[in-house]
Amino acid sequence: MTIVERQDRFGAFGGRYVPETLVPALDQLAEEYDRAMADDAFRAELDSLLRTYVGRPSSLSDAPRFSEVVGAPVYLKREDLNHTGAHKINNTVGQALLARRMGKRRIIAETGAGQHGVATATVCARFGLECVVYMGEEDMRRQALNVFRMRLMGADVRPVTSGTKTLKDATSEAIRDWVTNVTDSHYIIGSVVGPAPYPRIVRDLQSIIGIEARAQMLERAGRLPATVVACVGGGSNAMGIFHAFVGDRDVEWVGVEAAGDGLDTERHSASLSRGRPGVLHGSLSYLLQDEHGQVHPAHSISAGLDYPGVGPEHSYLKQSGRARYVSVTDTQALDGFQMLSRLEGIIPALETAHAVSWVASQRGQWASDAPVLICVSGRGDKDVMQVSEILTSDASA
Amino acid sequence: MRAVARAGADIIEVGVPFSDPLADGPVIQASSQEALEHGMTFDGALDLIAEAAVDVPVVVFTYLNPLLAAGDGALDRAARAGASGLLLTDVPVGADPPLEARIAAGPLAFVRLAAPTTPAKRMAEIAQHGSGFVYLISRLGVTGIRDDVPADLPATVERLRSAASLPICVGFGIARPEQAVAVARLADGVVVGSALVRLAGQSVDAAASFVASLRAALDTHARA
Repeated sequence: MTIVERQDRFGAFGGRYVPETLVPALDQLAEEYDRAMADDAFRAELDSLLRTYVGRPSSLSDAPRFSEVVGAPVYLKREDLNHTGAHKINNTVGQALLARRMGKRRIIAETGAGQHGVATATVCARFGLECVVYMGEEDMRRQALNVFRMRLMGADVRPVTSGTKTLKDATSEAIRDWVTNVTDSHYIIGSVVGPAPYPRIVRDLQSIIGIEARAQMLERAGRLPATVVACVGGGSNAMGIFHAFVGDRDVEWVGVEAAGDGLDTERHSASLSRGRPGVLHGSLSYLLQDEHGQVHPAHSISAGLDYPGVGPEHSYLKQSGRARYVSVTDTQALDGFQMLSRLEGIIPALETAHAVSWVASQRGQWASDAPVLICVSGRGDKDVMQVSEILTSDASA
Repeated sequence: MRAVARAGADIIEVGVPFSDPLADGPVIQASSQEALEHGMTFDGALDLIAEAAVDVPVVVFTYLNPLLAAGDGALDRAARAGASGLLLTDVPVGADPPLEARIAAGPLAFVRLAAPTTPAKRMAEIAQHGSGFVYLISRLGVTGIRDDVPADLPATVERLRSAASLPICVGFGIARPEQAVAVARLADGVVVGSALVRLAGQSVDAAASFVASLRAALDTHARA
């Protein structure tokens, strides 16, 4: 066998299950990424952009009133304060620099809630790159404001009408575009999913979250957190905050999936809790699927978690027991959304609200002196219309 | 299948639908969705292959996930149903060596794909790890109906020819007899997918007469 095994797996998970046409582009990306990361000038430019354009480091906030309710000191890593309002831009800035390095002037992206699409449109405007974003028709309706933001920044937002009209189908359509335009286009995938080397690249670019949070915890709390909690759809904010604690065996990692209407219903997005390993969008990972290997549509109140797959590294962390995966329903997430808003004056994204809600649900279980670190992956401005509609209709029901 | 075989197809590719066919264009996406809505499965497709019992070779074309779900013995069941080859759109050479070795050791010819972007060195690896024939993707992109033959196709076939001793069949975008004739002058076989699937959605007769028109054009012009 002359084929070189790259670092393309996490245990058995991951890999590169893609059409042959894309293989050379993935090889090129892997090589260029490794070269870029070894290049001081590249890293300096990335650091400078993260500081001056994204607004890093993001704050670590304590949460006194929420902590009192929960019964443990809770710290919030504030990715919602980044430019564009979520962690997604950490990844898009790095990948835009990579695209420029590879001489690719056209960028393709998929988006669910629109946060990754906005983050991609933003860096494309900043670097003068052409930007095409695929978004499910259903998500365009749910997140009309983000569609406007993307278009304002010059992106071509293309509605996807196939399948479930959500993130899964937008991802398939983005891959189809990439297969067609692979010579001049770079695909900026939005999470730690997809074929190798994407899960590794996105994790590395997001790992700044955990690197900062770890140092901030030591400085502010004088110790590491006992537990780190993050929501998991594809799982990029979770990988980003977990990864810096990889050597800290005592730090517990908890990923919170979207249980939608409930884990025992057909309508949820809990791939790790209820799926089984399968291949979708280029990698082997836990997947919601039927007995025939057909992908089962996901559901979540949060468009960003509404995905039947999950990053392969999470599958590995589940299997190895290093991370624990739990889930929170739509209704519980709505409670978390309102709770953090009222108690701390921070309106979290509905995605983040899953992590918040789970921490609140464990009140009485926490040691009173053991800090809990939550990744506030994004701000909830994009969700206020949707939540207001739901709360109004619930109140009148 | 019988009508297409009678109309002159040399090999029939039978697609097992997958919910997320990311290498396929609109026609095969729609046909896959329709087939799934009617309850089609991997073993359901094998039943149809067995029932058709055509006397030309049958290649099963699918994505990896339905095959994984069909479990151990899926390839043996396919062979018993009368299939002689397997084509997986999302398993490029080297993607999963243990899995590829298991398939290669099985009863079906493992048809591997090459693309215009594939470097010569990799083409040799593809040929080495495949059997039956090499499926050359004619152009960048997904399956679908086009009306041209890519200008760089002769060079790509040439590159593959010098790397591979297996027969070369070219597909993606070939929908008309003139295109088939042009491709047949370069390669050993021509794969017509979306155009046939679209007509099969209309009627068996439409599909059969289309295959007959391809057969006639190839017999008249391509062997010259």
